[in-house]
Amino acid sequence: MYYSILFYIFSFFVILSSVGVITSKNPVYCVLYLILAFINSAILFLFLNAEFLAMLLIVVYVGAVAVLFLFVVMMLNINIEEKKSKFLKFKPLSVILGSIILVEFLYFFIMDNSTLEKLSNTPNLEQKNNTISLGNILYTDFALLFQMCGVILLVAMIGAIVLTLRKRPGVKKQIIKNQVDTKKEDVIEVVSVKNNEGA
Amino acid sequence: MIEFFNLPILINHYLILSSLIFLLGVIGIFLNRKNVISILMSIELILLGVNINFIAFSYFSSDLTGQIFSLFILTVAAAEAAIGLAILVVYFRNKGTIDVKDINVLKG
Repeated sequence: MYYSILFYIFSFFVILSSVGVITSKNPVYCVLYLILAFINSAILFLFLNAEFLAMLLIVVYVGAVAVLFLFVVMMLNINIEEKKSKFLKFKPLSVILGSIILVEFLYFFIMDNSTLEKLSNTPNLEQKNNTISLGNILYTDFALLFQMCGVILLVAMIGAIVLTLRKRPGVKKQIIKNQVDTKKEDVIEVVSVKNNEGA
Repeated sequence: MIEFFNLPILINHYLILSSLIFLLGVIGIFLNRKNVISILMSIELILLGVNINFIAFSYFSSDLTGQIFSLFILTVAAAEAAIGLAILVVYFRNKGTIDVKDINVLKG
């Protein structure tokens, strides 16, 4: 019973903060609502025995992605948008979209749960620690996909750096080639100073 | 009321929750036509809904592949957020605005 009440409470908070993300006028509040939604869904992941992904959601999303959003929002200095109703403009599209979602909801309510059987023979969730069993199949069956994830992250990192890097005039920077190429004759000057006549 | 809370949480509940979050993300894309940042955040919401869906199926069918897939979605979402925000910063530096309705350079 407590489990059900907790599920309803946390999913209510997820939906409430998702509504906050799309309706807030101030972008900073949007990002904070997004963080709240991520934390509450991490708690929901804990109900589903996915401890590793719950912690990963907090570390990656709240720690990296949301902070990146917050940083960009504060750096770009966006003016707060005015509220305007633009629902009517997209009426046909929203009718199509809404009917698709309605059909899905009706299907979920009448769905037969007994069709959910064991689909494959991966290690069972109850046998070991979630992180251990996840690692057991991540590094064996999905090793190639795991490597590809690393390549994707590398390309994204290089791309982000290349996109945002720029050369500005008047900024002093360390140029290593010039430092290495410097000869002794260029920077050291031997002068003979007479006695009592030094500067 | 008490009987309602005594019902077990089935996969239907998680599916309804995930499709609600997905729907809120799609609505956010249509509703916030001014900021590109809001659209990026709506995309994050959509990916969160997909993640909940995958993990719910992984739990209720005792199959860890769903969690692996969710891990990959998380990776791609992080990469997408980084690249999108980098493009946004470059665009803001060139144009001085990130309004969606001002992004029409390619329009004839």
